Amino acid sequence: MAKVKKISEFVVDRDLEKCIKCQACVRMCSNDVHIYDEEFDIVRNDNSKCVGCHFCESICPTEAIEIKRNTSDIKENYHWKKEYIVDIQKQAETGGVILTGMGCDKHYKNYFDHILLNASQVTNPSIDPLREPMELKTFIGRKPDRIEYEFKNGNLILKTKIPPQLELETPIMFSAMSFGSISLNAMKSLAKAAKDFGTYWNTGEGGLPEELYEYADRCIVQVASGRFGVNIDYLEKAGAIEIKIGQGAKPGIGGHLPGEKVTEQISKTRMIPEGTDALSPAPHHDIYSIEDLKQLIFALKEATSYKKPVGVKIAAVHNVAPIASGIVRAGVDYIVIDGVRGGTGAAPKIIRDNVGIPIEIAIAVVDQRLREEGIRNNASIIAAGGFRKSSDVIKAIALGADAVYIGTAALISLGCHLCQKCYTGKCNWGIATQDPYLTKRLNPEIGAKRVYNLLRAWSLEIKEMLGGMGINAIESLRGNREQLRGIDLNEIELKMLGIKHAGEAW
Amino acid sequence: MVKRIIIREEYCIGCRLCEVHCITKHSKTKDIIKTYKGHEPKPVSGIYFEELGHISFAIQCRHCEDAQCIEACLTGAMYRNENTKAVLHNKEKCIGCWMCVMVCPLGVIKIDKENKKVASKCDLCIEEGFPACVENCPNEAIILVNEKGERIEK
Repeated sequence: MAKVKKISEFVVDRDLEKCIKCQACVRMCSNDVHIYDEEFDIVRNDNSKCVGCHFCESICPTEAIEIKRNTSDIKENYHWKKEYIVDIQKQAETGGVILTGMGCDKHYKNYFDHILLNASQVTNPSIDPLREPMELKTFIGRKPDRIEYEFKNGNLILKTKIPPQLELETPIMFSAMSFGSISLNAMKSLAKAAKDFGTYWNTGEGGLPEELYEYADRCIVQVASGRFGVNIDYLEKAGAIEIKIGQGAKPGIGGHLPGEKVTEQISKTRMIPEGTDALSPAPHHDIYSIEDLKQLIFALKEATSYKKPVGVKIAAVHNVAPIASGIVRAGVDYIVIDGVRGGTGAAPKIIRDNVGIPIEIAIAVVDQRLREEGIRNNASIIAAGGFRKSSDVIKAIALGADAVYIGTAALISLGCHLCQKCYTGKCNWGIATQDPYLTKRLNPEIGAKRVYNLLRAWSLEIKEMLGGMGINAIESLRGNREQLRGIDLNEIELKMLGIKHAGEAW
Repeated sequence: MVKRIIIREEYCIGCRLCEVHCITKHSKTKDIIKTYKGHEPKPVSGIYFEELGHISFAIQCRHCEDAQCIEACLTGAMYRNENTKAVLHNKEKCIGCWMCVMVCPLGVIKIDKENKKVASKCDLCIEEGFPACVENCPNEAIILVNEKGERIEK
């Protein structure tokens, strides 16, 4: 047969009237889309290489470039989408697994978009957050069953020993993105923003680079199946320790950082030889049961003298509620649940798009189950996976989460345009790459400011929404599902989410 | 007030937009497309881009304290502005002997053959107020600081 020509996803539309041939696009594109033709003195393009990251568009001084979707379409239909046809063509060519980055982008119902918030009218007053205090402070960690205290000389003395807690100024943290999957400058931006704002960032499974030790107190360190970079300093420097079992984008799948990304710095941080592939096994080979998990939790607690919260991160899967119950009973201080929309640097597309359940339902069922069993106070719930805006955050908290992790949203504030090519290591924005030509494009001073602004903006919006509901502390909204109503949802969906349909009164 | 341009090579992404904007700001029209596509000859950039592998930076006149170009200048075309301490160049007085080009230790004075046979260099955009390269660097690799080393933003 004739070879099938690769269909370009995007087309570079260059306005030659405006193009001054400064060649900034030629120098900047890591995918070599723009080519300068000396003979004809013109900048040309190779559309087949364009990933749609829009870096050239933003760097062009005369706005001469526009990246458009390729409208020359193959005949797709409802069942045979263009994407599937193109994927088959690719696989016929290569015989390989199709990789992708970021979170699941498929059509599954987005429950956040089917939940509406409440507001106060007449019978209870709403609160103006600009005039009255509004509390977003959140504590992550095990809460005691009951509080014992006494009065001594008019002072309240707390007799109950409170387990270690993470204190957050806003219920938003940065999710785990490892050194290797993202650049040091991207990590530094997140770390600085977290420290400045008073929240936490997460090292991911790739260890804590020495350059970021100054931000270690505001950092959650991961212990994952590959055990990269885990040593006693790593554990002792951190604010909290997180055992990573799974990830929303690829539940049940391990990780693979290709050798070319394992630079000297990464090899030092991960404690593996330079240039070798960093393989994270799919399971932890010392955890085949809840009892095994308990051993690791207490080994980590013992190693850090019970001074730090220890959490477990799992992907939201079908049995998430009973699994979460088991994890809480194993003695964690917090549990992270990562939904189907959770992002990744690299995952097989078929896994990312087909495995796991939506985070909205997972939060609701886990919160419900832990409440029914009377162990909800034993651990905080952190929700992760696809939080796009502040209303998603507040809805997750009303469904029962204590705080949320944002990953993709934070990266978008750093310049990410969701081209989903993180796995290629050619990120033009300097985020998902280790190439020294590209990593310096992310100035952490600018990055930290932008991520900080995002946290500030979302926090202000959350305060506005809380004020509207007549609530002056995020604590009072936690698990307060009466503030939520479903729309366009069937009975079983409403039951799973534990919310009433729009129109139903208290 | 003494202002200085600081270059931070670790953030220079090598796009060379500083050159484009320097040329535009010193052109007659100050319009980027007209500067590049019009009939008037383009001015010479006052900022010079250097790269080796992934390391790159753009450098312009450092406005040295003991400026050798001023000493070497036969006609007094190269002079120091007493207020800003910037080393400036008077094109009317310049005769094009290019001694300044010879003595400049950084090679940041260039011969402007197109316009007039005179030297061309960074003037800190004194007339325009804020340096074009600082204003337009997409990654803040070129910044402006005051005498205390504090950053000045537009």
